[in-house]
Amino acid sequence: MMQITVAGVKKEIKDNTTIAELIVSENVETPEYVTVTVNDEFIASDKVSSTVLKEGDTVEFLYFMGGGR
Amino acid sequence: MITIQRADYEKMLRHAESCLPNEACGLIAGTVQDDVREIRAVYLLTNTDQSREHFTLDPKEQFAAIKDMRAKGLTPLGNWHSHPESPSRPSEEDQRLAFDSKASYLILSLMERDRPVLHAFRITGSEPKTVEKEPLVIEG
Repeated sequence: MMQITVAGVKKEIKDNTTIAELIVSENVETPEYVTVTVNDEFIASDKVSSTVLKEGDTVEFLYFMGGGR
Repeated sequence: MITIQRADYEKMLRHAESCLPNEACGLIAGTVQDDVREIRAVYLLTNTDQSREHFTLDPKEQFAAIKDMRAKGLTPLGNWHSHPESPSRPSEEDQRLAFDSKASYLILSLMERDRPVLHAFRITGSEPKTVEKEPLVIEG
């Protein structure tokens, strides 16, 4: 197990967890409209499944925010 | 219920007026205790659409604001945007593009320039989405 910070909250997760797996375990709504950052870096959507999280990582989920009229 | 300090409301209003004729937008942060969400900070972000009918938050500015909230121990509460020419209610596009059911969506109408109107909404579920007006109190 390892400790990371997700949306400001420290959590224990399994070793070798990918961002895609974290999105599922965190029940992120409409993940196709969410941008992920890890340690201040924006993760390209095609890297979400292959990026493995490490001890001490800080993850944020940013929802697309827009609208109109 | 969600509360906002008058100074923060006026900061939002001044920014929205300065962005006319385009829509203005930003984020809100604060605290949550029981059913009361207290706005403690209003963030003014760039509307990357630069449009009088649409808005999109700049993801880099959005992330910088989130980092600032974390540093200050505040919780992201949602976003706000202005409607320069329409009422304070979520449009079809506002509803379609509301992806965070935990967020409060504040809409500031400048349709009547001398009578700005700010309301808060929660938008949940999938199409058709459910829109509920969230009681909003301007304090101070």
